[in-house]
Amino acid sequence: MMDIVQNTGSLRRIGAILLRHYYLMRGSPTRIFDLMYWPLLQMIVWGFITVFFVRHSSWLVQASGVLIGAVLLWDVLVRSQFGMTLSLLEEMWSRNLANLFVSPLRPVEFAMALMVLAMLRSLLGVVPAALLAIPLFAYSIFDLGLPLVAFWAVLLMFGWGVGLVIAAALTRFGLAAESYAWASIFILAPISGVYYPVDVLPGWLRVIAWAMPSTYVFEGMRAVMIDHVFRWNLIGPALVLNAVYIALGIVLFLAAFRSALERGQLLHAGE
Amino acid sequence: MLDPVIKVENLTKRFKDVDAVRDVSFSVNQGVTTALLGGNGAGKTTTIGMLLGLIIPTSGTITILGEDMLRHRHRVLPRLNFSSPYVDFPSRLKVRENLMVFAQLYGVRDAGSRIRELAADLDLGDLLDKKTGSLSSGQKTRVSLAKALLNQPEVLLLDEPTASLDPDTADWIRTYLERYQRATGASILLASHNMAEVERLCRDVLMMKDGRIVDRGTPAELLSRYGRANLEDVFLDIARSRRAEAAQ
Repeated sequence: MMDIVQNTGSLRRIGAILLRHYYLMRGSPTRIFDLMYWPLLQMIVWGFITVFFVRHSSWLVQASGVLIGAVLLWDVLVRSQFGMTLSLLEEMWSRNLANLFVSPLRPVEFAMALMVLAMLRSLLGVVPAALLAIPLFAYSIFDLGLPLVAFWAVLLMFGWGVGLVIAAALTRFGLAAESYAWASIFILAPISGVYYPVDVLPGWLRVIAWAMPSTYVFEGMRAVMIDHVFRWNLIGPALVLNAVYIALGIVLFLAAFRSALERGQLLHAGE
Repeated sequence: MLDPVIKVENLTKRFKDVDAVRDVSFSVNQGVTTALLGGNGAGKTTTIGMLLGLIIPTSGTITILGEDMLRHRHRVLPRLNFSSPYVDFPSRLKVRENLMVFAQLYGVRDAGSRIRELAADLDLGDLLDKKTGSLSSGQKTRVSLAKALLNQPEVLLLDEPTASLDPDTADWIRTYLERYQRATGASILLASHNMAEVERLCRDVLMMKDGRIVDRGTPAELLSRYGRANLEDVFLDIARSRRAEAAQ
């Protein structure tokens, strides 16, 4: 009877979840537009703000693309976190979680699939805006070179960490926690020094800021663009913090999954 | 004698102050269809949820295909499947796409052929390229059944398999399930409110009320015990707490 089924590995099951989201995107162009819309809009707004300030700010004249670069990198973090939680929400909205978790799919594999989806969504969302900034504002974030890869990776991973924590909240509290999926990440914007050096923050807030991997990226980006120095010493602590947040996120997600099993929530998730 | 395919011992589930399932024990033998009958809130869905590993029991043991479900459910999951009208598929995906995703999750060899085969068996051919969300509830039930059969499961858990189907299609599904069981030797546990369906498909019946199994037997045994002509009357007797003796 079992000849019809072969031993499935984790990669195949992770691939199945990716396939599900590929089908969703392929059949729903509005979702692709949604991915690109906010990064494009943000880039255009901050591009014009840059054009204005370059005429009035000696600081910005040193590196006219610093605000556009910041908004693009900020969106890497936002899209990464949204990518994780939106992919989970899609399953909850469609009441598909029970089907998924009576299949051989394991929670860790599902979380890994969400991480890959977050990476793809951040690329799909931000790369078009980055490309459009070149003709519109004569700014190419790709001129950052190799440091861009490091910045992107740090923000992507931090998005995974935050996304896993929110996924844990969604798994534990269901759609009642949906608003946190959209709003939580923005609390990090003022303390990550996205548009201004972290030095402008009050001392006590600076302590919190340096606990966020995103802070190291935006400080590092300004160092590259203004001082023309890539501060590798900022990447190390950011990666260590990311490892902590991702580990914490996985522990919370698995604990929330177990709690959902104890409370019988997966059978009715989405209702 | 063969070991039962499903063996449940002293299964209990308590949600806060509510005992949803209380000290339930039963077994399902290979190649047998067993019904779980009971009114709303009797504990059927919670029991099935625990068998699937979607709900962790408060106490008790579940052994399926010789494996302890609480410790090794991932060894068993490729060999079982389930269908419920209360669990959906992504509505924006086409039927073929949804089935392909689950075929990949279950590791089905030659998934395209298997999907075509099931589509022919369950008369889904014209629906394969339609969005799942555009289907009628009866069509969705057939898609759900196709998903449940993708991996040719040895154990099939069905929650109201013919809900929302017209009588002709429901009869056709029952015939298909009988044929599937004969061909594969699968064991089926089904929860249903349709007494005619239970009488036709099931060799064993477990009657649940208030989280407990209050009676069990073959349909013929239950009819005889309660002195009734059909299972619906037996169900009403049990639901209304009329004992067999009183009914006689």
